[in-house]
Amino acid sequence: MVDFTLWDILRNLMLAARWTVLLSLAAFVGGGLLGLGLLLLRLARPRLAPLVVLHVRLFQGTPLLMQLFLAYFGLALLGLDVPAWAAAALALTLYASAFLCEIWRGSVEAVPRGQWEAAGSLALSFGETMRHVIGPQALRIAVAPTVGFLVQVIKGTALASVIGFVELTRAGTMIVNATFQPLAVYGCVALMYFLLCWPVSAWSLHLERRLRRERV
Amino acid sequence: MISLDFAAVLEQWPLLVRGAALTVALTALSAALGTAVGVACAWMRVWGPAAWRWPVVAYVELVRNTPFIVQLFFVFFGLPAAGVKLSPEAAALIAMTVNLGAYAAEIVRAGLEATPRGQIEAARSLALDERQVFLRVVLPPALGRVWPALVGQIIIVMLGSSVCGQIAAAELSYQANLIQSRNFRAFEAFLIGAAIYLGLSLLLRRLLDEIGPRWIFGRRAATGR
Repeated sequence: MVDFTLWDILRNLMLAARWTVLLSLAAFVGGGLLGLGLLLLRLARPRLAPLVVLHVRLFQGTPLLMQLFLAYFGLALLGLDVPAWAAAALALTLYASAFLCEIWRGSVEAVPRGQWEAAGSLALSFGETMRHVIGPQALRIAVAPTVGFLVQVIKGTALASVIGFVELTRAGTMIVNATFQPLAVYGCVALMYFLLCWPVSAWSLHLERRLRRERV
Repeated sequence: MISLDFAAVLEQWPLLVRGAALTVALTALSAALGTAVGVACAWMRVWGPAAWRWPVVAYVELVRNTPFIVQLFFVFFGLPAAGVKLSPEAAALIAMTVNLGAYAAEIVRAGLEATPRGQIEAARSLALDERQVFLRVVLPPALGRVWPALVGQIIIVMLGSSVCGQIAAAELSYQANLIQSRNFRAFEAFLIGAAIYLGLSLLLRRLLDEIGPRWIFGRRAATGR
């Protein structure tokens, strides 16, 4: 019988937290790129907009857990033998893309219409309008909610534990099974998530307040 | 070639119906209780005694910065170690209520803080006591102001409740999992499960958009901003 000290628990959780961070970053970056692509598609090709809306509605209207299961078993159905982390990264990327696309659409719409018309009257192309006129203004509005969504992604990675990816939550469950101290271990797991998420939340709030001050 | 067999899943429809019923029941109860917790916390943060404010802030920040699944495991696996034994359904309901309560506290607070001072003064000058001022004058329009955000959060909690299957609460995702363990049609079972969740979230939004103006804050408050 091996005795686990509190330090052993914390150390093992910290090692597992690396995977939570890595998966969060992968999903956030992947979701950001895909979300940006979808948003540009929606703005540049209005006829395809309903497809983008459908993507957003589907991923916002179904549980992330179901999306994870579908990615995991769907890829297997296609004959691909993918590890759990790959399925989790795929599902979280698609999930993040839907939310980020919607957040950024709101930011673009918050830019006054006159800016589009002014860019049009200067004969700027769609790409030039986005890069030099709309993009920079929308970006300023988008930063705070985007950082806020990062917290949702970090928390979302906890569900990857369900399909067997050993990140923070899964490591917690494994340690519970070895130590029989669920209260202490899940308390520590919650604390680690808090230490990861709280600074990001505080940063998002700070950005939001600064933007509001600038506008007044 | 991929062959999908949805019939094998759909013939187990009684399980899906039972699962959806538990999901709806958990959501309805936690929505009512969580909103009540949120209103109480928001009141404490805005008008409560100073000593009550920081525990509320700590609760809100702790819940909003940790995953729901960890909260659920803490309640279901952790609390029995402290002497509180709970059924899966009770643990799910508590975790959902605690979770929604924290988000609702922030949402309702935003609504309360937007109350024009003149309305409170007018109510006081009509000799309403503090309880009446809050419950009859301040709260209904405050809920009306933030209703869309509150509805969105309730739907997020409903979707999040799919995790409760992990502690063997027999809600919708649990039943989908049970079906796929019987017939090995995992993709089809979860696709149908996801479709039911989508339907439920659309229905719930329609329902709450109806309930709010009719029963909670009145139509005029909803339209007159």
